[in-house]
Amino acid sequence: MQDSHAHPQLGFWRKYVFSTDHKVIGLQYLITAMSMAIVGGILSLLMRLQLAWPAELWPSLERLMPVAFEGGPMKPEFYISLVTMHGTIMVFFLFTAVLTGGFRNFLIPLQIGARDMAFPFLNALSYWVFLLSCIVIFSALFVTGGAPYGGWTAYAPLSALTAIGSNQDVGMTLWLAAIALFTASGLMGGLNYITTILTMRTKGLSMMRLPLTQWSLLITAILGLLAFPVLLAAAILLVFDRTGGTSFFVPAGVIMNYQELSYSGGHPLLWQHLFWFFGHPEVYIVILPAMGMASDILSAFCRKPIFSYRMMVYSMVAIAALSFVVWGHHMFVSGMSPFLGSVFTLTTLLIAVPSAIKTFNWLGTVWGARIRFTSAGLFAIGFVSLFVSGGLSGIFLGTSAADIELQDTYFVVAHFHLVMAIAPLFAAFGGLYYWFPKMFGRFMNETLGKIHFWLSFIGVYAVFFPMHVLGIGGQMRRIYDPTSYNFLVEQQPVNVFITIAAFVLGATQLIFLANFFVSIFAGKRATENNPWKATTLEWQTPCPTGHGNFGPELPTVHRWAFDYSVPGAPDDFVPQTAPAVVAAKH
Amino acid sequence: MPVLTEEKKHGGVIAPPREPTGFGNGDGDDAAGGSFPVSKARVAMWVVLTAVTMLFAGLTSAYIVLRGVPGWQHVPLPPLLWVNTLTLIASSVTLEIARRSVLGNRQQAVKLWLGSSGVLGLGFLAGQVAAWRELVRAGVYLPSTLHSSFLYVLTGVHGVHLLGGVIGLTYVLWLAYQHRLTPVRHEPLRLCSLYWHFMDAVWIYIFVLLVLG
Repeated sequence: MQDSHAHPQLGFWRKYVFSTDHKVIGLQYLITAMSMAIVGGILSLLMRLQLAWPAELWPSLERLMPVAFEGGPMKPEFYISLVTMHGTIMVFFLFTAVLTGGFRNFLIPLQIGARDMAFPFLNALSYWVFLLSCIVIFSALFVTGGAPYGGWTAYAPLSALTAIGSNQDVGMTLWLAAIALFTASGLMGGLNYITTILTMRTKGLSMMRLPLTQWSLLITAILGLLAFPVLLAAAILLVFDRTGGTSFFVPAGVIMNYQELSYSGGHPLLWQHLFWFFGHPEVYIVILPAMGMASDILSAFCRKPIFSYRMMVYSMVAIAALSFVVWGHHMFVSGMSPFLGSVFTLTTLLIAVPSAIKTFNWLGTVWGARIRFTSAGLFAIGFVSLFVSGGLSGIFLGTSAADIELQDTYFVVAHFHLVMAIAPLFAAFGGLYYWFPKMFGRFMNETLGKIHFWLSFIGVYAVFFPMHVLGIGGQMRRIYDPTSYNFLVEQQPVNVFITIAAFVLGATQLIFLANFFVSIFAGKRATENNPWKATTLEWQTPCPTGHGNFGPELPTVHRWAFDYSVPGAPDDFVPQTAPAVVAAKH
Repeated sequence: MPVLTEEKKHGGVIAPPREPTGFGNGDGDDAAGGSFPVSKARVAMWVVLTAVTMLFAGLTSAYIVLRGVPGWQHVPLPPLLWVNTLTLIASSVTLEIARRSVLGNRQQAVKLWLGSSGVLGLGFLAGQVAAWRELVRAGVYLPSTLHSSFLYVLTGVHGVHLLGGVIGLTYVLWLAYQHRLTPVRHEPLRLCSLYWHFMDAVWIYIFVLLVLG
C-alpha cells in the first residue's frame, strides 16, 4: 500500500465502513445499488407472472404476501404498486446510483490523478444519505396498504390525494421522502464530482485529454445539478397539496367517494411539466456515463483510439443541452396543441443526431480493429447494439403523429427498457468486469463472464423485442390483465414467452452475482498494475489501488487517453503518463 | 521560512507558497496554480448556487403557469414584508463592509459587521415568521388561495436557505474570533458573502413576483 501522507492506523469501522476514501464509498454505492437491483428485479418477475397468467392462483405467494394475494390471484392494487416500485427503484436507486454513485466515486480521482475527491467527508455523507433513502423506499413496500400506485412518475392528482387509501398516504409519503433524500445525496455527490474534475486534475491533464468516462461523468453531474432541484420543487408543492390542503396540482371538481373535494385552481398538467423537465435529463443522466464508460472500454479492447474523440465530447455536450428542450415528448397525448407537439418532435429528432454521431463513432472504433473478446469488451459491444435497438424505437416515439398511436403501450416499455435500463446495465457490467482487478486485486472468471454475456444478450432481446409487437398490437402499459380485452387475447402467448424469458434472464444474473462475490475472495489474482494494457491513469496504480491512489508523487500526463496502436511505438498502447518522445521512436 | 512565521503569528492556516505551474498538485486548493482558475471551495459554492437557482426556477415556473389559470385571487401582502426586505438588504451591506474591513485587516470591525449581518439576518427570519402570523390573523392561510399558498411556500423555502446562510455566517464569525481571516486569506468570508448576496437577490425576486402576482 503506497501512502504518501501520514495517517494514523484506522480501525475496521473507519477503514471499511465509515470511510471517506472515494474507492470504499464507490464500492459501497455499487453493492447497495446491486441489492436494490435484486429487489427491483424480483418485483418485475412478480409483474411478469401476473401478465403471463392473469387468472392464476398462487398459493405459495399467498402464504408469503397474504394481503397482496388474498384469495389466490394477485390483486390489481398490488400489481400497480409493483409497477410503481419497480420503476422507482430501478431508475433512481439502481441506475442513477450505480453509474453515478458507484463508478463516479471510484473512477474520478483515479482517472484524473488525484488522491481523493474534493470533499471526502461530504462524499461519505452522500453515501449514507443514499443508503437511508434506499431503506425508506424499501420500507414503503411493507407499510399497511402497501406501496404507492402512481407509477414512478407519480402523476397528480392521484399522487396528491392521500384519502384514496393508505398506499397513497403512508406509502406515497415514504416515496416522497426517499426521493427527497436521494436528491440531497445526488446533489452532494454532484457537487463533489464537478469540483473534483474541474479543479483537481493532475499536471498535464487538460480537459481534452480526459478519458470519455470523465467527460460523461462531468456532464452528467451538471445535468443532475440542473434537473434534480426542479423535481424537488415539484415534490415540495406535492407535499403541500397532500398535507397542507393547497391546490397546486388539483383542480376544482375532483370527486372522491361521491363527494367533491375542496381543491380549486390547480393544474395536474403542471406536475407533468415539472416532472418531465427533470425526467428527460434524468434519462440522459443514466445513459451518458454508460456511453462514456463503454467508449473507453471499447477503445481498450479494440486497441484503437475512439473514433473522433472531439465529436464524442461535443456530442455529449449537445445531448445534455438538448435534453432540456425535449420533455414535451412524454406529453404528446396530454392535449397539447399540435403545433407545440411539432416543436417537441423537432427537438427530439434533433437530439437523435448527436446520439447517432456517437453510434457511428463506436462503429468506427470497432471497424478494422483486432478486437479482444473479453467479457468486458463483449458487454461494451453489447451496449452499442442495445443502444441502437432502443434508440431506433425512440425515433418513432419522438414523432408526435406516431406517438399518438404508441404512447402508453408496450412499445414505449420496450423502448425505455432497451435504451435506459439494459444498455446502461450492459455498460455497468462491462465496467465491473473491466475495473474489477483495480477494485479488488483479482479477476472475475472469464468463462462465467462470457456465459453471462451471451445468455444475457439473448435474454434481453427475448424479453424486450417482442414488446414492440405487443405495443403495436395495442397492449397498454401498466395493464393488470391483458386478456380482459378481446383484441389482446391473441397476443397473450407473446406475454407468456416474455415471462419465461424474463425468468431465464433473472436466473442468468445469478451467475454474475456468484462470479462477482466469489471472485472478490477467490478470483485469479492480478499480478500487474495494468492487466488490460490500457492507457488511462488508474492503470498506473496497483491492483487493488491503495489509499492515496498514487505513489509519493502524482503522475504527470503528456498525452490523451487513446494512444492505442500508435505507429512506431514499442507496444500497442502508450500510457497517458508516457512523455512525448516515446511514441516518436522509429 | 519568514512566510510561515508570518502566517503562524495570525494563527492562520499554514501552507507553503505555491508557484503557479499551470496545473495543480492534486488538491485543487489554490486558485492561482491549480488546473482551474477558481478554487475548489468557490466552484463548490457556484454549484450550490446553481442548484438553488434551479429550485426557485421550478417554483417560479409553477407560479407563472398557475397565475394564468382563471380564478386567481391575489392576497394583500403584509407591509412588514417591506421592512424585512430592507433588513435583508441592510444585512448584505454590513456583510460587504465586513469584507472590506478584512481587506484592511481591521479585525474588530470584521467581527462587528459580521455579527451585525447575523443579527439582521435573524431579524429578517423573525420578521418573516411575524409576517406569517399577521397573515394568519387576517385569515389568510396556506390553502386559502393559490397566491397565499405560493406566498407561504416561497417565503418558507427562501427562509430555510437563509437559515443555512446564518449558520454559515456564524461559522465565519467564529473563524474571525480565531484570527483565521487575514487580508490575504479569507475565502470563507468571500464565499459566505457570495451566498448571502445571492439569497438577498432571490428574496427581492420572490418579493417582486408576489407583489406583481
